[in-house]
Amino acid sequence: MVTSSFDYHAPTSVAEAAELLTRFGDSAKLLAGGHSLVPMMKSRLAEPKVLIDLGRIESMAYIREADGGLAIGAMTKYVDLETSDLVKSKAPALAQAAGMIADPLVRNMGTIGGSLAHADPAADLPAVMLALGARLITSSTGGHRTIEADDFFVDLLTTGLRPDEILSEIAIPALLPRTGTAYAKFGNKASHFAIVGVAASVTLSPDGTCEAARVGVTGAGPKATRATETEALLNGHRLLHGDQIDEDVIEAAAARAGAGVDLQEDIHASAEYRAHLTTVFAKRVIREAVSRAK
Amino acid sequence: MTYGISINVNGTQHTNEVESRLLLSSYLRETLNLTGAHIGCDTTSCGACTVLLNGAAVKSCTLFAVQANGATVTTIEGLATNGELHPIQEGFWEKHGLQCGFCTPGMILSAYDLLQRNPNPTEQEIRHGLAGNLCRCTGYHNIVKAVQYAAEKMSS
Repeated sequence: MVTSSFDYHAPTSVAEAAELLTRFGDSAKLLAGGHSLVPMMKSRLAEPKVLIDLGRIESMAYIREADGGLAIGAMTKYVDLETSDLVKSKAPALAQAAGMIADPLVRNMGTIGGSLAHADPAADLPAVMLALGARLITSSTGGHRTIEADDFFVDLLTTGLRPDEILSEIAIPALLPRTGTAYAKFGNKASHFAIVGVAASVTLSPDGTCEAARVGVTGAGPKATRATETEALLNGHRLLHGDQIDEDVIEAAAARAGAGVDLQEDIHASAEYRAHLTTVFAKRVIREAVSRAK
Repeated sequence: MTYGISINVNGTQHTNEVESRLLLSSYLRETLNLTGAHIGCDTTSCGACTVLLNGAAVKSCTLFAVQANGATVTTIEGLATNGELHPIQEGFWEKHGLQCGFCTPGMILSAYDLLQRNPNPTEQEIRHGLAGNLCRCTGYHNIVKAVQYAAEKMSS
């Protein structure tokens, strides 16, 4: 398949890319790893007149410790998130989710920033961003802006990015002591896209009471969403009695993980099945997060 | 509009003027006449078009040739040295790791990437490592054996 014709630009700095984006506006698309955009262009669902390739901006690919958490360049590839010891220790759910995206060939090209800015409703990383309380940092000719993950995923393929902004960095806050994070999904057998995916972050007090919980759901609705009812049913409740996980509390909380989600229906799964999967996977990841929080 | 690119493919530097929309898979097959990277699904699913881009296995149908400007690319044609099969190629021969052969170049190059990162993979790790490559003959069993053969030979 052949895409429409386009002018190609390969800037070597974020400033240069921002200038190009401002200059070409709506007729331009940013190219990151290209594993969502190129297939869309081949099927002519996207026909940008100008492509601005961020692949040559070496300063956009990094994983650094920052304020006890992580600063991740938007052009960091999935394979690097999946294999990074720093990510495994500072944001286990992120390393776990990155290793479940598509297949190794895609993970050698796909980038965290590309995935988040594309905001595919079945992408894995948006749920993790919500659970980890990530902050998304943008660059434009006007400077930088920070968008909370909660405000970033607006609708199907729609984010809080302005047309002139480039997502340049993902900041993951430091995990509080006794915090566990986890991600799990029911993937499509062919594409491995999440039919439903759930990420959780749970902080326990020394006696096993939940001090803070954040749960993000992807795949179920048109955009990744916080499961706020589930979080409320976990907060302040004892999830660990000694070494024993309180299954009843977790089950009751997980049962509300689909509440407020505009459940989608397609050839892969009915809305009813997605609702079921949401509760099953919420339970699994909350249990896993609790066991890691010990 | 055309763009000048210079790519090292299988040890030879190639300099060409290409259209921006020319895919790397088409560049290799039609411009350089290297037909080992196959076009299967053409939708980023099957992995038949797999090549090594700066040493990492990627689907060449899903990037533009201009993106590979300045890069080093290895296709299946570049894996044997001095007429001597690479141990992974030998493994596919010895263990009957192919039936129709359409997926084979992609399987071999994905296995190459896998064994670079993990020289002694378990069977499960091999199967996960080849998750981006589909075999419509469903000959996965012997493909796994071929990779195991190569891992053993390469570590000895």
